[in-house]
Amino acid sequence: MQTTPVEHAVVQTIARGETSRGVKLTVSGLDKSYAGRHVLTNLDLHLRPGEFVAIVGRSGCGKSTLLRLVAGLEPSDAGAVTLDGASHTSLHPDTRIMFQDSRLLPWKRVLDNVMIGLPRSSAPHALSVLVQVGLADRKGDWPAVLSGGQRQRVALARALVHEPRLMLLDEPLGALDALTRIEMQELIEELWLQRRFTALLVTHDVAEAVALSDRVVLIEEGQIALDEPIRLPRPRARGSAAFAELEDRVLRRVLRHAGADVPAPSEHGRAVVPFTHWRWAI
Amino acid sequence: MALSFTPHPGIWKRFAPWIVPVMLLAVWQAAAQLGWLSTRILPAPLDVVKAAVTLALSGELWAHVWTSTWRALTGFAIGGGLALTLGLLTGSFTKAETLLDSTIQMIRNIPPLALIPLVILWFGIEEKAKLFLVSLGVFFPIYINTFHGIRSVDKGLIEMGRSYGLSGWALYREVILPGALPSILVGVRFSLGFMWVILIVAETISATAGIGYMTMNAREFLQTDVVVLGILLYALLGKLADVLAKWLERYWLRWHPGYQPAP
Repeated sequence: MQTTPVEHAVVQTIARGETSRGVKLTVSGLDKSYAGRHVLTNLDLHLRPGEFVAIVGRSGCGKSTLLRLVAGLEPSDAGAVTLDGASHTSLHPDTRIMFQDSRLLPWKRVLDNVMIGLPRSSAPHALSVLVQVGLADRKGDWPAVLSGGQRQRVALARALVHEPRLMLLDEPLGALDALTRIEMQELIEELWLQRRFTALLVTHDVAEAVALSDRVVLIEEGQIALDEPIRLPRPRARGSAAFAELEDRVLRRVLRHAGADVPAPSEHGRAVVPFTHWRWAI
Repeated sequence: MALSFTPHPGIWKRFAPWIVPVMLLAVWQAAAQLGWLSTRILPAPLDVVKAAVTLALSGELWAHVWTSTWRALTGFAIGGGLALTLGLLTGSFTKAETLLDSTIQMIRNIPPLALIPLVILWFGIEEKAKLFLVSLGVFFPIYINTFHGIRSVDKGLIEMGRSYGLSGWALYREVILPGALPSILVGVRFSLGFMWVILIVAETISATAGIGYMTMNAREFLQTDVVVLGILLYALLGKLADVLAKWLERYWLRWHPGYQPAP
């Protein structure tokens, strides 16, 4: 298999054993509308290198759209997304996305899924990342036999193998049960502290946002309505009064704007149906 | 009480399904031997076995089976290969779909067997005529399922593949093709069944060798045992093709929860 420049760069980084530093992300004046309906309006957002920012908001507020535009999965109507000052409009090799549904290839075993887009020679590195997410013993399994939480761990490993400098997390824990979700949050925090990539997390769960991020950003009607720094020391104790107070404040602010949650057309212009609900055909 | 008659439920389960067929065979054999059943209508089962042994020993049987199998497989390879290529093409490229799909759909509505008179005019009763009919018959199930398979690959997986650096042929090989495979294999199984049906008709109408020829020849001499043998051979070969396809599914789709061997 021919190695592309991207793969080559990744392999080089891996070979040198460098820990990738986070990227500086700047979003300025971003506009996006679907079929005449404005989803994002003149949105500005800045992330320092290595910063962890959580975006919260009601369904249909445009938070997932923002993530897709930053990822380069869709073009914006106006405005720019820059990484370390360089503007980009398409997929970027420094950026990796973790989706709500794990999107593992069902016909590839766990280790091969982690190695997607990488040459065969990256197997030892892929395995070492699989060790970090605690799934080394499942490397030869098909994704179909894994639990939802395990699948997301594999998806996390798949993203981390590329040593991303910007990690985009699109409600990656939304479909997991409460206990697994807390475990995964701890895992993500631990790996983020080790690697210091810049992280942008979209979530419905205010507690999750407060537990993980340096800053919680609320998006309402396509614009930033709240930008709340979280200065709690890590690891964060969920039971603490300060935690509860912050969570409560953000939650109240989210709920204050009532009436937005009526069957809104989705962020992607289709009806919002959780992925797991229409997979019955297979 | 019922339990006392079945001390070994395992053995019972294994042999019970065979009781009725074996009894039917026994009744059939008895009826033929006692003269209740004319051999012009149905030969005795043992006579069919005898005919099989005689023809097998003379080598005639193998020659016919081989001829038929060769026709079936060659026709399948030609028609199936073409269908796969065109299906991948129209499935993957909208331009190819616009250009070719409606034409193919129009041809699809012609039953292949309706073409027999024309095919005889074109190719005579030679091999080519049979290969043409079999190729045409296996084409459409594979074509349609390949097209559908490519189109119904999970868009989320394709998006994931792209965002992880796959593009072009790599994306096709790693994501699109394996995603379409379950559907393609459904087409293959349909085609294999169809392949024998078409071949049987083609061989019975005109042939100088093959199982169909053997059967029609035997009919003229009122050899009902050979006729029944021919029918059984077709059934056997059809079953064999299906087992093969099933095995391919098991192997290629071993990742698929729907194709796991029963525990």
